[in-house]
Amino acid sequence: MASITLEGLKKSYDGKIQAVKGIDLEVADGEFIVLVGPSGCGKSTLLRMVAGLETISQGELRIGERRVNDLEPAERDIAMVFQNYALYPHMTVFDNLAYGLKNRGFKRHDIERRVADTARMLEIETFLTRKPRQLSGGQRQRVAMGRALVREPAAFLLDEPLSNLDAKLRVQMRVEIKQLQRRLKTTSLYVTHDQLEAMTLGDRLVVLNQGQIEQVGTPMEIYTRPATMFVATFIGSPAMNMLPVDYLKERGANGVLDNLPQGTDIVGVRPDDMRMQAPAQPHLVVESTLELLEAAGAESHLYVRLAGSEQPTVIRTSGQPPVAEGETLRFHVIRDALHPFNRDTGQRTDC
Amino acid sequence: MQTKRMTFPGRWLPYALLAPQVVITLIFFIWPASQALYQSLLREDAFGLRTTFVGLENFVRLFGDPLYLNSMKVTLIFSLGTTLLSMSLALLLAVTVNRMIRSRSSYTTLLVWPYAIAPAIAGVLWWFIFNPSIGIVPYLLDMLGYRWNHRTSGGDAMLLVIIAAAWKQISYNVLFFLAGLQSIPQSLIEAAAIDGASPLKRFWTIVFPLLSPTTFFLLVVNVVYAMFDTFGVIHATTSGGPSQATNILVYKVYADGFVGLNLGSSAAQSVILMAIVIALTVVQFRFIERRVNY
Ligand SMILES: Nc1ncnc2c1ncn2[C@@H]1O[C@H](COP(=O)(O)OP(=O)(O)OP(=O)(O)O)[C@@H](O)[C@H]1O
Ligand SMILES: [Mg+2]
Repeated sequence: MASITLEGLKKSYDGKIQAVKGIDLEVADGEFIVLVGPSGCGKSTLLRMVAGLETISQGELRIGERRVNDLEPAERDIAMVFQNYALYPHMTVFDNLAYGLKNRGFKRHDIERRVADTARMLEIETFLTRKPRQLSGGQRQRVAMGRALVREPAAFLLDEPLSNLDAKLRVQMRVEIKQLQRRLKTTSLYVTHDQLEAMTLGDRLVVLNQGQIEQVGTPMEIYTRPATMFVATFIGSPAMNMLPVDYLKERGANGVLDNLPQGTDIVGVRPDDMRMQAPAQPHLVVESTLELLEAAGAESHLYVRLAGSEQPTVIRTSGQPPVAEGETLRFHVIRDALHPFNRDTGQRTDC
Repeated sequence: MQTKRMTFPGRWLPYALLAPQVVITLIFFIWPASQALYQSLLREDAFGLRTTFVGLENFVRLFGDPLYLNSMKVTLIFSLGTTLLSMSLALLLAVTVNRMIRSRSSYTTLLVWPYAIAPAIAGVLWWFIFNPSIGIVPYLLDMLGYRWNHRTSGGDAMLLVIIAAAWKQISYNVLFFLAGLQSIPQSLIEAAAIDGASPLKRFWTIVFPLLSPTTFFLLVVNVVYAMFDTFGVIHATTSGGPSQATNILVYKVYADGFVGLNLGSSAAQSVILMAIVIALTVVQFRFIERRVNY
């Protein structure tokens, strides 16, 4: 177990492509950090730098108190779960788990005991003599987890470990991973582009964009107070709506927008914060035409076009509202639901 | 598996389309093969005037003939030597090439060249290099105190033909090994690195086992090559000598039949070779079907 410290970590390929542009991050001992961001933002590159599979172009990486920039992957005392699992296809499940222990010179009975313990924990005991190709996707995923767990490393690195599973299994494994991490308290870095995984798994989230950190915080912090427009629209589904302040003022803002912080020219509103019933507090009223109604059972998504604007906007309501496509609808937004941003800097203005 | 089915109008078209291949097979394979089979049961007298039917006697004689048994031993040593040498060098080269990313394509092109050279030319090439009076290698060996002479030393001669035959096959093997290496996912090797395996250990415990289908395929191809396709190499370098030391089975078929004019025995030998080829092919298909160990 150990903390992980990233200081000004940079990665450039061939001196040109900047994949990671200076990351500072302090991961506490036992913490579960989720790296989330759009495709190509450098999540995998960052993780692979921590693992030692990619060289570090600049900056310093410490695991525990040790500077590990120049150490081989094996010497960093980490374990990694790959997206495609990377199980050794010619070895049995037992040998897959035992391989790392054998290489580290563990005694035979120690290996057997550890593999047995891990297999019991992950409920893969019955497959120990099978080859990976004789397993289902979910079972392979467990074996891949097992191979990481069995060595009891200082840190786990997981690169989209659930993305090859079907939706149901993904939920199940997500819960199991969370419980496992709670129990073992091993420092973990988990890469995903799935928001739900990010929100539910992490003690803290790191939102990356184009090789840089946009925001670090607990899932709730990031959801309730996104620091940039990028984070605001990236986290949360459907994405946050962005409404220009000028437009709202034109349509009559009832004084709600009067004391916005300096520099605010656009406000974000979560789809759930646009209500059909008028609240008692002072509020904005937004008129729009319903273009598409998406009923998803417990909730509905209303895709609307704001009156006098081209801006597509999404509203989420519970249940199924009694409205028809083409109808004109009025939505109500209270002051507290507004996230003020500056369009040019992309930064939140009230912090 | 679904197969695509074509239907042809009329009955003659499919036969017409097949005909050229069938004719070629008949003229160049089936007919000579059946001739050999027939010949192997006959004996011709010394002047080629009379032939008599002798049944399996040619075969019986062969297996009692110390020269033939020696040729079998020589063939075994030669084909194993050639296969091992060309495959291990090829694997070494393939692994090296696989590491280089940029210069890979030009380098592989260069590697393929030897394969395009006719066996006889390859033989002559090595004949020059190893020529005891004018060759460079004997000259260098002489400085080290070794007197190379494949004209008198059976061991030297065997080494020469093995090197010459293996050299020509290396490029072919490299290409297959390279393709095999590239089909191994990089993440497996990375996982092994994280699992604490040294580069050498990664190679022997991960890469090499995963290459086994390629290795096995090449093993059969190389043995077949060494046993049947090296006539030119032998002919250009040692002509089977000295004193039978490099007289492999294929070469003996030629030497006995066309030089020694013992057609019956020569035909019997080629029938045996045919049987060996068929056996090797069966082995190959059997194993390839089972996809070797994983
Ligand atoms: N070997 C490489 N050579 C050059 N550029 C690379 C290399 N590997 C990655 N990149 C670039 O670095 C950037 C980050 O890649 P990375 O794989 O880290 O993205 P990611 O966040 O993991 O994306 P995804 O969610 O799709 O997996 C990308 O723009 C990619 O094109
Ligand atoms: Mg990735």
